[in-house]
Amino acid sequence: MTTLDTLRQGQRARIVAIEGEDGIAFRLMEMGLTDGEEIELLGFAPFGDPIEFRVRGYSISLRGSEARRVKVALE
Amino acid sequence: MSALPAAPSRPLTVALIGNPNTGKSTLFNALAGMRARVANFPGVTVEKKLGRMRCAGRDVRLVDLPGTYSLSPRSLDELVSVDVLLGRQRDVGAIDAVVCIVDASNLERNLYLVSQVLDLELPTVIVLNMSDLAEQRGMKIDVPALSERLGVPVIPTAAHRRRGIDAVREAIMRVAEGVEEPVSPHRPRLFPEVFDAECDQLAAKLAESNGSNPPRYLIERMLLDVGGAVEQVFERRTPDDLANWLKQSRARLREAGCRIPGVEAQVRYAWVRSALEGVLVRPTERTATGSDRIDRVLTHRVLGLVIFAAVMFVVFVSIFLFAEPVMGLVEAGPQAIGELVAGVMPPGALRSLVVDGVIGGVGSVLVFLPQIAILFLFIALLEDCGYMARAAFLMDRLMRPIGLSGKSFVPLMSSFACAIPGIMATRVIENRRDRMVTILVAPLMSCAARLPVYVLLIGLFVPKGEFLIRGMVLLAMYSLGILVAAPVAWFLKKTFFRGEMPPFVMELPSYKWPSPSLVLSRVYDRSKAFVVRAGTLIFATMIVVWAAGYFPGGHAREIALVSQLEELEDSAGPSVEQAERLDSLREELNRERGELIAGSYLGRAGHALEPFVAPLGWDWKIGVGAIASFPAREVIIGTLGTIYSLGGDVDEEDEGLKAAMQAATRPDGSPVYTVPVALSIMVFFALCAQCAATLMVIRRETNSWRWPAFTFAYMTGLAYVGALATYQVASRLPWENWLS
Repeated sequence: MTTLDTLRQGQRARIVAIEGEDGIAFRLMEMGLTDGEEIELLGFAPFGDPIEFRVRGYSISLRGSEARRVKVALE
Repeated sequence: MSALPAAPSRPLTVALIGNPNTGKSTLFNALAGMRARVANFPGVTVEKKLGRMRCAGRDVRLVDLPGTYSLSPRSLDELVSVDVLLGRQRDVGAIDAVVCIVDASNLERNLYLVSQVLDLELPTVIVLNMSDLAEQRGMKIDVPALSERLGVPVIPTAAHRRRGIDAVREAIMRVAEGVEEPVSPHRPRLFPEVFDAECDQLAAKLAESNGSNPPRYLIERMLLDVGGAVEQVFERRTPDDLANWLKQSRARLREAGCRIPGVEAQVRYAWVRSALEGVLVRPTERTATGSDRIDRVLTHRVLGLVIFAAVMFVVFVSIFLFAEPVMGLVEAGPQAIGELVAGVMPPGALRSLVVDGVIGGVGSVLVFLPQIAILFLFIALLEDCGYMARAAFLMDRLMRPIGLSGKSFVPLMSSFACAIPGIMATRVIENRRDRMVTILVAPLMSCAARLPVYVLLIGLFVPKGEFLIRGMVLLAMYSLGILVAAPVAWFLKKTFFRGEMPPFVMELPSYKWPSPSLVLSRVYDRSKAFVVRAGTLIFATMIVVWAAGYFPGGHAREIALVSQLEELEDSAGPSVEQAERLDSLREELNRERGELIAGSYLGRAGHALEPFVAPLGWDWKIGVGAIASFPAREVIIGTLGTIYSLGGDVDEEDEGLKAAMQAATRPDGSPVYTVPVALSIMVFFALCAQCAATLMVIRRETNSWRWPAFTFAYMTGLAYVGALATYQVASRLPWENWLS
């Protein structure tokens, strides 16, 4: 098990859990990052952060600090 | 009072809600046309957009709510949408129906909001927009089956092609007049029983403690949104310790296996999945779309930045290429009208009020319009095609050290042309604290109006041929704004706008061709908002400054001179003698006007302020210029022209004005405009808030007088301290050795 920010470009993983119960964690879940969902890393911004992902068929950008809170299992 | 059945003539109120990037504005325009009224909801910075339409012989009021991914309000701004839908927003009233627009090509995430909207149990219509795009991507949606599952009408549309709009109108009328059942009765409860039980208990507790009986949806939100807006509002109203009660309730739920807040996303997305089961057929293997390929280039580490820089460059070049000539025309218009009026009115206070005050005031509002329109044209284009989110994505890392996100970049960048469209463009920043900080530092960016002031003062001490030195001084002045804005933004984020770092969880929408009608309507909306709501206040400021410069002096001699001059001008032949007489009259008039302004309230204020501006190296004349330029920075040039008896229509390249300033001396005979003084004035104008238009736009965008006052105070303070430091340091440097 690892966290979302450690994926390589094009790598897919399955969400296991999101750490924390604050507004950010809740927002991530609302945006569809829920347990068991598949997520793919599409690319990094020029300075390596934020990171673009695909989940539930759309693209979403997360900061490294936000992606780090998402625990994933590699497929 | 007994509840009467609604008379058929009563206007219906329909709310429009949806995720960002779903074509909501396009649908709003298609339904209500361009006659929208824009205002703010009271007490918050949320824009209230109201439209009207007529359906089946009834008037319908359409309320456009801000684009949102959910109805889980974390701030008072987000609470507005929930209050409107629940009929708790007094200035809107009860809602007869809600239209929820969803992106058909991104159905899964969009249905999250739908699931919350359905919980409100209002008559609902789902608009399945961009259904053509979904089909292109190989998705098949069984619309009747989806409608059956959701229990509400589902209308497929392609709003940008105006397809399906009539069907939407028809469906709205059907649900609003109760022809169709509001929400399907066989919709199962989403939350586990234990959660419903806790909600019942909370409702009972609230009723018991102060007799309040909030809607069920708010009760649920109180439990679900830890520290959210609903909890905050009710905590203030409830005498007992609500926070503690909620904490215990949440602990009980966790023990029962119902984790707050995670349970909501779980149950809602599970519902979404089951609702879409067999209804939505996706292509088995995802193929890269054109949008994906474009994205790889536009967000590329090197290429992406190069293209971004190029886009920004094009925007700026366009402002100079297209806005400046139009601004010239806009300035020439009132001038020509002014001259026409001057031709038919006798000289006097009334003519001065009409020409200099009223017509000049209107001109000073309209002169901003070309910049605002062109910048908004680009901003609307970038937003509508999906690039704006990428700009934020690319620039986020750069903005983070000062506590802002990438979304602040384009508004701040626009402010280098003009802070007004920059501030208006902050509406893309949904976090209130980030938005406020961006608004408050935007006026520090060196806008186009500062350039004439720089050019005039640099021209005083840097010889014309020295392009390198000129360029370096200009660059220093432009950099100053950024260098000061960074710590100010950081400070504001640490003090007035402290709070949890807002998430930068941002959708990167698919690229699409921008819709010309939507882009144009946005440019029109913004321009109109500026003229109507800010323009009147700018105009009033102009009149006040005119009066301060006109009264209380006796204008009899000036009027007599003007009459003589005009008489002579009308009859003037080519004779040398007459030309000489004209020149001497003009000179006398300019001298008289210089004396009048010195004796006016404005001039007196300049004299009174002299002790305060002396440490900056200024004399009272510069002080008058600084006060008179409150409406707009560049006004100082005309004011100095008047004070130095050259007339008010000089510009920054005027050799006469330059010569007069270079020749100006203090009582002891030393020159006034030394290098340290010129630098001190430039620093002052770089940092000050001498722009009534910007302050009025801040007032409009923040919906409060507090923030324009704050902006004026902090910027004037910074400008004073900056000019003071500049003069005190620079006057101790041996400039003579360097500039010879």
